[in-house]
Amino acid sequence: MTLVAMDSATNAVPSRPSRRGAKPRWEGGIASYLFVAGYTVLLAAFGIFPTGYALYLAFTNDRGQFVGFNQFSKVAGDYRFLPAFENIAVYLALWLVMLVVMTVLTAVALRSWVRPGLSSLLRFLYYLPGALAGVASVLVWLFMLDPSVSPAGPLLRAIGQDSFAATLNPSHLPVILFLIAFWTGAGGWIVVMYGALNNISEDVLEAARMDGAGRWKTAWHIQIPMIRKWITYMSILAFAAGTQLFVEPQLLQTASLGRVSPTWSPNQLAYVYAFQQGDFNGAAAISIFLLVLGLVCAGVLVARSDLFKLEEQ
Amino acid sequence: MALFALFFVLPVIWLLLAPSKTADQVVHDWPLSFGSFSQIGHAWSHLISFQNHALLTWMRNSAIYSGGSLVLTLATSVPAGYALALTRFRGRTTLLVVTLISMIMPSATLVLPIFLEMNQFHLIGTIWSVILPFSFYPFGVYLVYIYFATSLPREIIAAARIDGCSEWQVFTRIALPLARPVVGLVAFFSFVGNWNNFFLPYLVLPNSDQFPVQVGLNQLLSSTPSFNPVAGAGLNITIPELALAIIVAILPVLVLFLFSQRSLVSGMLAGATKG
Repeated sequence: MTLVAMDSATNAVPSRPSRRGAKPRWEGGIASYLFVAGYTVLLAAFGIFPTGYALYLAFTNDRGQFVGFNQFSKVAGDYRFLPAFENIAVYLALWLVMLVVMTVLTAVALRSWVRPGLSSLLRFLYYLPGALAGVASVLVWLFMLDPSVSPAGPLLRAIGQDSFAATLNPSHLPVILFLIAFWTGAGGWIVVMYGALNNISEDVLEAARMDGAGRWKTAWHIQIPMIRKWITYMSILAFAAGTQLFVEPQLLQTASLGRVSPTWSPNQLAYVYAFQQGDFNGAAAISIFLLVLGLVCAGVLVARSDLFKLEEQ
Repeated sequence: MALFALFFVLPVIWLLLAPSKTADQVVHDWPLSFGSFSQIGHAWSHLISFQNHALLTWMRNSAIYSGGSLVLTLATSVPAGYALALTRFRGRTTLLVVTLISMIMPSATLVLPIFLEMNQFHLIGTIWSVILPFSFYPFGVYLVYIYFATSLPREIIAAARIDGCSEWQVFTRIALPLARPVVGLVAFFSFVGNWNNFFLPYLVLPNSDQFPVQVGLNQLLSSTPSFNPVAGAGLNITIPELALAIIVAILPVLVLFLFSQRSLVSGMLAGATKG
């Protein structure tokens, strides 16, 4: 993922210095603090405090003694730690590449090559499974992957998956998780990409046509570059969410009757530390690893892109 | 394109048809066949009798958790977004940046730390251990902020102040009436997200009668003979019952989804200013 040259990065220079001298025309006085008070309390209680507490736990032991980086080296040295991150990495590679390629291509196709009525129907159909996010999607896919009940049964058998036990082989997990994530998530992103493509002015596309650009050339040289920041936005959000997988592998573990590792993803490993080993300090240390990953993604997105509006222009 | 559409639609159609069949028919009939309406009734009565109306209890719990946190989310995020957009105060930029960062971070990141915190304060197993963390919704604050920053001219606010409106009056008489579209948007995202949330309630609610329906589905899954031959043996929860439970569990969200494709686009595109 590269975050280069966001198109309006140059004109988004904050106008802070000019504001410092002059008295702002719009003030709220003490009332502003009251307006933000409720939210700030929640932010402190469920954003900042848990982060700080997890940090505290990660640097201490169960008797509250400071232990430096011992907890981190302990969990990182756990034989389940690296495999969990490798699992996530394989899944993420598959998920991100497919997500970007498929959503962008589909959105372009829907925008330029399909009749508007059909396009709107298709977008709705793609988007609908998003309602089944979470547990419901995993359950549905357990059925879809069981050749004896799945509407895709013949297809599964054709690729050598004769039984549910065969499809739910632990080595298939990245693909299965990708299918679930794609089924529930891709439609929403297709709709969003389509919306972004719709914002490209017709004049630009007309000019490209006049210059003799065909559909492919227009898509590749005009449309896709113009929605690039949305693609970046989607990739970072999908990456961040993918690192945090918990529900999906947890349920697949249940359904596989224990053949899938209960510590398939890092969050599951943290869960096992907390709930089965009663080691809250170790669990906190794993959480900190994941928190840092999430923070890096968020930081990159906020700092390097002009997607978010912090100051009045 | 058509194949692609099949991939998205087929599972939904299968899910809607499955409860109309017996467990036997689900396996032996054509996967996309319809059984009978009376069979849906049978599946429903089996499902309802599972742990003495557990499904209804779970649905009620989900409604309380999602509804309760929705009220708190709106009550906190609308004034906060308003103040961030249209007033100036010390710490405003910091609050905004922290909000942005916590909004982009996946909510699952903080679940384990929140569990540890709840555990420390002995809140495990109370409804507040779900409702309060659910109510913290930075994305909602950001949506309200962007909405007011782009659609409420500051001149109007300034004029109201000159006319002698107090800050509270400016908010309730001018800003709130204009906020209806964004309130709908925040409500949609918050409700859907919380209704479908599994991780946090799974950790902080130990008793089945407190489960929201998502956690309940997990328990149903472990009680289905096809997925758990040992614990599931002798129970009436088979594939049609499980499919019906899924439909019931997602029904509120599905209804919202049918009418909210537009909200989704405007919500996500509001994640960034038009560039």
